[in-house]
Amino acid sequence: MIDFLTHPWPWYFGGTMIALVLFLLLWTGKSFGMSSNLRTLCSMMGAGKSVSFFQFNWRAQRWNLIVSLGVIAGGFLASNYIVTTHAVALSEQTIQQLTSIGIHDAGVGFAPEILFSNDAFTKPYILFLLALGGFLVGFGARYAGGCTSGHAISGLSNFQLPSLIAVVGFFIGGLLVNHFILPLLF
Amino acid sequence: MMKTIVFFLIGVLFGITLYMSEVSSWFRIYEMFQFDSFHMYGVIGTAFFFGTVIVFMINKLKVKSVFDGSSITIVDKEKGWKRYLLGGIIFGSGWAISGACPGPMFSLLGAGFFPILMVIISATFGTFCYGLFRSKLPH
Repeated sequence: MIDFLTHPWPWYFGGTMIALVLFLLLWTGKSFGMSSNLRTLCSMMGAGKSVSFFQFNWRAQRWNLIVSLGVIAGGFLASNYIVTTHAVALSEQTIQQLTSIGIHDAGVGFAPEILFSNDAFTKPYILFLLALGGFLVGFGARYAGGCTSGHAISGLSNFQLPSLIAVVGFFIGGLLVNHFILPLLF
Repeated sequence: MMKTIVFFLIGVLFGITLYMSEVSSWFRIYEMFQFDSFHMYGVIGTAFFFGTVIVFMINKLKVKSVFDGSSITIVDKEKGWKRYLLGGIIFGSGWAISGACPGPMFSLLGAGFFPILMVIISATFGTFCYGLFRSKLPH
């Protein structure tokens, strides 16, 4: 049991736990959607003064910010005290593909060194890539009215057509960038 | 105070799950878009499967909210398609680059991958820009 929990979780267990999180948030009278926090952060920092989209009582969303703080703590606990191996058991094709585009630590670590080691802070180009990815995620999530948690998990579970359209969009954008843009970036 | 602790613990469970199931690994997102592994599809598929059961049971059994006994209503998404398709494509493009959506971002920060801060700050700025240009965008 301990062995099972301290090794990377198989997909069926990970998916079940995400569904449990969905249940707990619905049961407490809330909803499952992480990208809303970014809007709340904008509002908290005073964006409502100039843009009406951010004029709302952000304090009513405090619970979700608390959830995010918990997510930070969860990531800390998992990586420092739970997991026994950080290596992600990727498929052989993915490792070869990544090597061919210049990412050489696939299958070794949890995230590519080139993007996520602290050296990245000294590389303007890498910071630009992270900023670009983040900007599109934040802009797109709010434009689409939700992200993976809001659309792909809770929206689809409630058979929402808009969520299905959004998820199709996630994959159109993701596939195009993954196959045609990423190889040019590294 | 009790509620704060409960929400924090739900977040802890979610953060641990995102790390342990490798959903917050950039590599897994890359692999997903390469269709090289079933892993991510399995995670999302299982969550979707149990999610439909949960939503169905909540509606069927008229489960009440645990804190105040009010009925649980799951709000429908607004009708339409443009914003979902266009916003979805933009989101997916960013997802493929950063390898992190808004949940995993926070899990990665806790795990000590500090360059993710750049992603979080930019995602917040991206959200702000959406708010700024919202009236000019097709919805």
